[in-house]
Amino acid sequence: MKRDLKHIRALGLIAGLSMSFVAGIGMVEKFNIRVLIEPAVTMGYLVLFVMPFVAGSLAARGVPNPLVEPVRDPRANGISGLITGLIAGVFTAIFVLIIDTFDVTEFFPNMRASTVEEMTFGFGLAVGLVVLVLATTVIGGLGGTIFGLPQRVRRGLTTAGGWVLGFALFEVIVSDIFSFADFLLDLIYAPQGGLEIWSAVIIGALAWWLTARYEGRAKEFALTVRDADPKSRIRRSVIWAGILAAILLPMLLGGIVNELLINVSLFILMGLGLNIVIGLAGLLDLGYVAFFAVGAYGTAVLTSTMGSAIGPGWSWWIALPVVMVFAALAGLFVGTPVLRMRGDYLAIVTLGFGEIVRILLLSDWLTPIFGGAQGIRRIPGIPVPFLGTISGTRPELFIYFMMIFVGIAAYISYRAQNSRVGRSWAAMREDEDVAEAIGVSTVNAKLLAFITGAVIASFAGALFSAKVGTVFTNSFDVLVSIIILVVVIVGGMGSIPGVFVGAFVLIGVLGGPKSPGLLQEFAEYKLLIYGALLVFMMLKRPEGLWPSARRSRELHQEEALQDAWLDKAGEFDDDESGEVTS
Amino acid sequence: MALLEIRNLQKAFGGVQALGGIDFHIDDGEIVSVIGPNGAGKTSFFNVISGMFSPDEGSIIFDGDNVEHHQPNEITRRGIARTFQNVRLFPNLTVLENVMVGQHCRTKQGMWGTILQTKKQRAEETMIEEKAKDVLSFFGSRLAGYRYDQPAFALSYANRRRLEIARAMATEPKLLLLDEPTAGMNPKETIELTGLIGKLRSERGFTVVVIEHDMKVVENVSDRVVVLDHGVQIAQGSYDEVSTNEDVIEAYLGRPAESE
Amino acid sequence: MTASTTTPSRKGRRFRFNWVDSFLWFIRITAIITIAVGITGSVQHFIAGEGPTLEQWRDLIISSISTGAMYGLIALGYSMVYGILGFINFAHGEVFMSGTMAAIIPATVLFNTGFWDAQPVLSLIIVLITAMITSVLTAVIVEKVAYRPLRGAPRLIPLITSIGVSFFIQYAFAGLFGVAIRSYPPPPGNLTEDIIIFGVPIEGTKILVIIVAILAMIGLWYFVTRTKTGRAMRAVAEDKEIAGLMGINVDRTIVTTFIVGGAMAGVAGLLWALLFRGVDFLTGFLPGIKAFTAAVLGGIGNLPGAMLGGVLLGLFEGVGPILVLDGLDIVGIDIPAVSQLRNAVAFIALVLVLVFRPTGLLGERLGSEDRA
Repeated sequence: MKRDLKHIRALGLIAGLSMSFVAGIGMVEKFNIRVLIEPAVTMGYLVLFVMPFVAGSLAARGVPNPLVEPVRDPRANGISGLITGLIAGVFTAIFVLIIDTFDVTEFFPNMRASTVEEMTFGFGLAVGLVVLVLATTVIGGLGGTIFGLPQRVRRGLTTAGGWVLGFALFEVIVSDIFSFADFLLDLIYAPQGGLEIWSAVIIGALAWWLTARYEGRAKEFALTVRDADPKSRIRRSVIWAGILAAILLPMLLGGIVNELLINVSLFILMGLGLNIVIGLAGLLDLGYVAFFAVGAYGTAVLTSTMGSAIGPGWSWWIALPVVMVFAALAGLFVGTPVLRMRGDYLAIVTLGFGEIVRILLLSDWLTPIFGGAQGIRRIPGIPVPFLGTISGTRPELFIYFMMIFVGIAAYISYRAQNSRVGRSWAAMREDEDVAEAIGVSTVNAKLLAFITGAVIASFAGALFSAKVGTVFTNSFDVLVSIIILVVVIVGGMGSIPGVFVGAFVLIGVLGGPKSPGLLQEFAEYKLLIYGALLVFMMLKRPEGLWPSARRSRELHQEEALQDAWLDKAGEFDDDESGEVTS
Repeated sequence: MALLEIRNLQKAFGGVQALGGIDFHIDDGEIVSVIGPNGAGKTSFFNVISGMFSPDEGSIIFDGDNVEHHQPNEITRRGIARTFQNVRLFPNLTVLENVMVGQHCRTKQGMWGTILQTKKQRAEETMIEEKAKDVLSFFGSRLAGYRYDQPAFALSYANRRRLEIARAMATEPKLLLLDEPTAGMNPKETIELTGLIGKLRSERGFTVVVIEHDMKVVENVSDRVVVLDHGVQIAQGSYDEVSTNEDVIEAYLGRPAESE
Repeated sequence: MTASTTTPSRKGRRFRFNWVDSFLWFIRITAIITIAVGITGSVQHFIAGEGPTLEQWRDLIISSISTGAMYGLIALGYSMVYGILGFINFAHGEVFMSGTMAAIIPATVLFNTGFWDAQPVLSLIIVLITAMITSVLTAVIVEKVAYRPLRGAPRLIPLITSIGVSFFIQYAFAGLFGVAIRSYPPPPGNLTEDIIIFGVPIEGTKILVIIVAILAMIGLWYFVTRTKTGRAMRAVAEDKEIAGLMGINVDRTIVTTFIVGGAMAGVAGLLWALLFRGVDFLTGFLPGIKAFTAAVLGGIGNLPGAMLGGVLLGLFEGVGPILVLDGLDIVGIDIPAVSQLRNAVAFIALVLVLVFRPTGLLGERLGSEDRA
C-alpha cells in the first residue's frame, strides 16, 4: 500500500506540536485534576492523547482525495498510525526534555517542574519519556487501526466512547437529575469523581448495543418529526412534550444547574436577537453588547434607589417598556450611520459603538448617572404577586422568567422569518442593490433589524440586572459581543434551534465570559477553545451545528445542485413538443 | 400624455460620458426596443431610469412626476420594474420567494403584524403567495409545481431569465424594462420568449422597453425602435426604417476604409 | 497599489427630504461645533495661562506623533491584506502582540546579563529581529491554516474566522506566557534623555521611534514600487485572477504580503517596547483597532495613507481629549479625567471616518472584485 510519508510526517509533527502546546499552557496539568474513569483516565491525558489518536486516523486516511475511497486495512492503517504516533511522541518528548533541562518559568510560567512530572507520569525523566513515546506511538497506531475497521465497529466504538465520556464529564448533571436514586449513583461513580472502570465498560457496551439496535428507528423518528407538516399531531406532541419538560425541569434540578441554565438562557436570548441582525438581515453587528448594556443599565438606573443620581425606583415591570424604547432608539441611532456601509466596515463601526458605550458608562464624567467603576447596586428583582421579589437568589423561580422571554424572542424570530419582513431581509442579504431595485426599502429593512435586535437584547439586559442586583461595566465589553457571535455562528447562523444548540454547547458546557460552565476546569481555557472552535467551524462546517436550511443550501451550492439534478432527472423542462431544453 | 418622458438625459462616469443627452418617450401600451452597439449606453440608460444612478442633467417624467433623483425602491413603487443584463436573482431564495419579494412594495404588513399574526396579516400573506403563483403561471409549467420550492441557483439559465421577468412582473409595474432578455438562450427559447413579450402587453397590459441584440426579436416585438450609439440617439422609427438607416449601419459595422 | 477609484454612488442633487441624510448632517454639525467650541475653550485657557503650558503641548504632540507612527506601521498590515484579500484581518493586532511579547525574552536576558546597557544598539537590533521573526511567523501560519482554505468564500466568513484566530492567539499567549503584564527593561543607553533638535528638547526614544518608522516606510515603499515582488503584490491586489493568468504565483504573493505586513508589525513591536514597555496578551486589541482606523483614515489599500492615518490618529487620540474635551467647559460641559476618554475619541474617530469618508483621505485602492 502506498503510504504518503510526507503527509504522515506532517501530521506527526502537527500532533507533536499540539501536544507540546497543550502541555505548555498547563492544560494537561490542570485538567488532570478531573478523573474521568477511575483510576486511569483523567481529562488532561485524554486531551493530550486525543491528538495523536486523531493524527493516526488522519494518517491512515491519507491525503483526502474526493475521487478515491480511502483504503481501510487495519494492519496497514495501524502502521501509518504508529509512525505518526512515533513522530508526535518523539517531538513531545524532546519538548519535555527541553523544559526539564532549562528553567524557562520566568517566561513561560506554565512550563515548570510539575508539568514535566505530569508528562512523565511520575515515572521520573528517563522512564517517563520512554513511556510517553511508547504511549503516543501506540495510541497513534490505535487511531490508525480503528480507522481501518469496518464501519459498524467504528460507529459502535464512537457511540460507546461518546456516551461514556458524556457520563463522565457531566457527572454533576447526571447526579442532579437522578438525585433520587443515590444508590445507583454511588454504584456508577467512584467516590472521588469519575466513573468506575467497570461501569464505564457497561455503559459503553450498553450504548453500543442500543445504538446498533435502535439507531435506525430513532433517526427515522427524528426525521419524521422534523419534516412533518407543522400542524401534524406528531410534531405538536413532540413540541408540547418539550415545553412540558422545560416547565418541570427546574423544579427537579438543584440550584447550581438552574443558575447555569439562567446563564445559558441569557445567551440564548441575546443570541436570538443577534441572529435576527446577522442571520436574517445579514448585518454583522460586533457591538451588540451595547444594546444589552442599554437594557441592563437602563433597568438599573430606573429601578434602583441607590447608586444613580436619577433613581426613581420604579418597579421592574414599569421600567421594562421604558427600557425597550431606549433600546429601540439606540438601535435607530446605531443603525442610521451604518446604512450605507460595506459588511466589514459595518462590523468594525458597530464594534466601535459598543466600546464607546462601555467607555462612557465607565467614565468619571457620567459617574453620577451610571456609577462609573462602582456600577449601580441594590437593583431589586422582579416583583410578582404572592411570590415576592424574584431575583438571582431564587434561581429555580427566576428561570421561568428567562423561559418566558426566550419564548417571546423565539416566537418573534420564527414569525419574522417567513413573513414579508423576513423575505425583505433575505433579499437584502442576498443582493442589496437588486433588493432595492425590486422595491424593498433597504433603509427600513436595516433599521427594523437593528431595532428588533436591540429590543430583544434589552430584554436580556433587564433580566440580567434583576438577576444580579449590581451592574458593572466589565460585564459589557467586546468579549460578550463576540461570544454571542460565536454562539450564533457555531449553532447555525439564521437558525433558531441553532442558537439554542450553540448556547447549550458553548455557555453550558464551556462557560460564558464571566461565568463557568459545566466543565469548570475549562474556565481558564474556554476562550482559547472558543477561538479554535470558531475557526474550525468556519473551515469545516460554516453553516453551524444545526443549520437553517437556507444557509446550508447557500454554503453547499454544488451539492444542492447535484441533488436537484439527481432528484429531478427525467423531469427536465419540456416545451410542448416534448423536447428537452434544460 | 406619454407614460414615460425623458429629456436631455446626461450621465458621466469618471471621464466617460455614458449618456450624452437622450430624449425618449413611450406611451401607454407600447413596446419599444432600444438597440445599439456595445458600449452605446443602453444599460446605463436603464440604470438611470430605474434610479440606481442619478443623472447629471436632464429630466425623467413618469406618469406625470419627476423621478430622476428618486431612490430605486421608490421608482419601483411608482411603477417601473426592470430585469438585469447578467441575471441577478436572489440565488438562495426559492423560486416562489424570489417572486414574492416583488410584492414587497405593494404590501404593508410590518413587524407588528408579523408578531401579532392578525387576520389582515395572514390574509395579506396568502394574497402575496397567490399573486406570485399567478405571475409564475404566465410562464406555463416551467416555473410551477415542484419548482416553487427550488432554490433559484438550481434553475437552468433560461428559467433564471424567466424568473427574473416574473419577479419584475410581481411588482405590478406599469412599465417593464427588460435588459437583453433573450441573451444566451437557444433559438427555440428565444422564439418562445419573443411571444411572451408580446403577451406581456396583450394579456397583462404592461408597457415594455426592451434592450436587445437579436434583431429577429426586435423585428417581431417592437412597435418602435430606438438606436443609441456613444450615449446619444442616432435613429428612431419602425424596424424597417431603422434597419436600413445608414447611420445605424455605420454604427454597427463601421465605415469602409478610405481607399487611397 | 492601484489606480484610485471611488465607489459609484448616487451623485446628484437630492431635492427630496431624506431624513437619513438629515441625521448624518446633524452628526456632522454636532461634531464640528463640539470641536470648534472645544478648541476655542482650550485657546482661551491657554491665553489665560491655565491648562497645559506650551512645553507640555509640545511634548504631547511629539508623543502623539511617535505613537501614531507606530500605529501607522501596524496599519500597513491591515491595509495590505484588505487591498489584496478584501477583508479585515482581525488577527493582525495579535500578529503585532506576538512579536512584542516574544521579544521580551531576549530583552530580559540581555538586560540581566548587562549586555542591554553595554551594547544598546545591538540589543535593540536583537529585539527588533526577534519581534519581526515572531510576527512574520504568526502571520504566515495564520494565512496558511485559516485564510487560504477560505479563499473563495463569501466575504463575511474570512472576517469571522479572523475573529476566531484573534481570540485563539490572545489566549494561547495567555496560556504560554501567563496573564500578568510583563515589562520591558527601560530603553538602553541614554535614549530617555532629551536631544536638542532645532532648539527643541525631544526625548531620545521618541526620535528613535519616528526615525525607525520612517526608515521602515521607505524600505517598504522601495520594495513595493521597485522590486519584482512588489509589483506582483500590486498586480494581485488589483485583480487576483488576471495576475494569476499573467504568470504570477498568486499564493506565494499573498504569503509575501502577509510576511511584509508581519514584518512591519514586528517593527511596531519594537516601538511599543520603547514607548510603553508593558506587554500582556491583550496588548494587541486596542492598537489593532486603532491601526485599522488609521488604515481607513488614510485610504484602505493605500500605503502612504496608512502612515498618514496613523500619525493623524495618534494626534487625535493624544491631543484631542485635552484640546477639545477640556475646552468644552466654557459652555458648561465639565468633563473630569479627560484622558480616560482617549480610547473613546479614537473610536469616535473610527466611526466618523467610516461614516463620512470611507474612502479615506488619500483615496482607497481596491482590487476589481472589491470595488462596489
